[in-house]
Amino acid sequence: MVLEVNDIVTFYGQSLVLDGVSLEVDKGEVVALLGRNGAGKTTTLRSVMGLTPPRSGSIKLLGIEIVGKVPFQVAALGIGYAPDDRRIFPDLTTEENLLLAGHLSKRKNGDWSVERVYNLFPVLRDVRTRKGGFLSGGEQKMLALGRALMTNPALALIDEPSEGLAPLMVAALAKAIREIRDTGVTVFLADQNVRFCRKTADRGYIIEKGTIQYQDAMKNILENEEIVKKYLVV
Amino acid sequence: MSNFIFQALNGLSSAMFLWLVAAGLTVAFGVCGILNVAHGSLYMMGAYFAFTSFQILGLNFWLSLVFALIGAGIIGFLMERFFLRRIYDQPIEFQLILTFAFILVFDNLTKMIWGTMLIIPTMPSLFQGTIPIVGRPFPIYNLFIIFAGIAVALIIWVILNKTWWGMKLRAAASQREMANAIGINIPMLFTAAFVFAALLAAIGGALSTPIRVCDSGVGGAVIIQAFVVTVIGGLGSLKGAFVGALIIGVIGALCTLYVPFIELFVLYLIMAVVLIIRPQGLFGGER
Repeated sequence: MVLEVNDIVTFYGQSLVLDGVSLEVDKGEVVALLGRNGAGKTTTLRSVMGLTPPRSGSIKLLGIEIVGKVPFQVAALGIGYAPDDRRIFPDLTTEENLLLAGHLSKRKNGDWSVERVYNLFPVLRDVRTRKGGFLSGGEQKMLALGRALMTNPALALIDEPSEGLAPLMVAALAKAIREIRDTGVTVFLADQNVRFCRKTADRGYIIEKGTIQYQDAMKNILENEEIVKKYLVV
Repeated sequence: MSNFIFQALNGLSSAMFLWLVAAGLTVAFGVCGILNVAHGSLYMMGAYFAFTSFQILGLNFWLSLVFALIGAGIIGFLMERFFLRRIYDQPIEFQLILTFAFILVFDNLTKMIWGTMLIIPTMPSLFQGTIPIVGRPFPIYNLFIIFAGIAVALIIWVILNKTWWGMKLRAAASQREMANAIGINIPMLFTAAFVFAALLAAIGGALSTPIRVCDSGVGGAVIIQAFVVTVIGGLGSLKGAFVGALIIGVIGALCTLYVPFIELFVLYLIMAVVLIIRPQGLFGGER
């Protein structure tokens, strides 16, 4: 297993957000975490990354317990994180955003390079010298993902990759995520766009009210109208 | 006219002291988010360490400078590691109270160690003498200060724009959490950034000892000028700190020549006008 999350309980300030979340991601899989806004998707990813540490429960990355580790240690152990609000470094150029992530990678055996990210997202090559703060939302989205890959992660955590993107870009991103998987990076993404997850993910977990309600292969989830209606359709 | 040029050059050399202090203030604020009211005290400690090693221990000028940097660097390290680190996530009032407390501590510490005497400037033999500029003798040391200030500005620019460390600083300055999440050891980076800021102040203090009187209250006086500079230039902007220091240094010097009785008034007037027209400062909001 690349990622094993076991019964984590996470608070945001005083409020309970995750009430015992458990899930697993196997090597080479693309796994989607589905659910409505406020269901706990972002908090699940933040808990794994150590940004909002869980109060109890266990999270293992490649068999190593990472609860209690701070984010830069989690990154060093092999998780690349692309947050939903992008968090591009605004004073660094596109290329510097990527180079810095590559420089910080503790996993030198990985083979991601700036060139490879540009091949995955050709749009970024055109804006390589532009400061991150001046990129469009879509460009930032891709850069956030490229930056995560530059750390040569064993596991990429991608929060809301399709959110706010034009349909054409969503299709390109879905293709990119499959390519990323083909390079050997395991992907765990959170999204509420069911059709996007159908195109990208092998398996899906459905989260609601801070607990996992259902899990299955992605195609089974979509065929199960009752589940889709209950947890996913707004 | 020659009066004007001569005095403007004098102003340029005092501007460099303002720049060095304001630069450190800007780094500490821009990267760590700490508004360090005690930053002037680090300048003062730099001056006292340089004075002690030069005039009391008899080291040469350059060694005294190194001694001052090491001393202030250690103080900066201890301040960040054991005190400031605890209040990063607290409201800014906590920073003001804590760093103000440091002014009192440093003022009294210098009184305990060095007494209440003034540090009377002694020019190292290396820099004694003048060179003629517009037909008048201009001190070599003042010229040296101007070059030193510009050199430090260039060094900071290179560090920020051409080194991995500078790239980390720029990343962490605006996206602290994300910088952490891609693998930057934020606590260590902040300690280093604060020490760097302390070194900038200490260079200013150490370089001031050959020409400026120093006593245990100088930290408070220096920080007020540095705040005026950063308010004019824009808090958080190094470019702003440099330009703000030039404005205050040169205009202040020209005022002492032509309208000495309202010098301070003019400086605060400039600040007030900038605040009315551009409340974020000349270069505020950009980096």
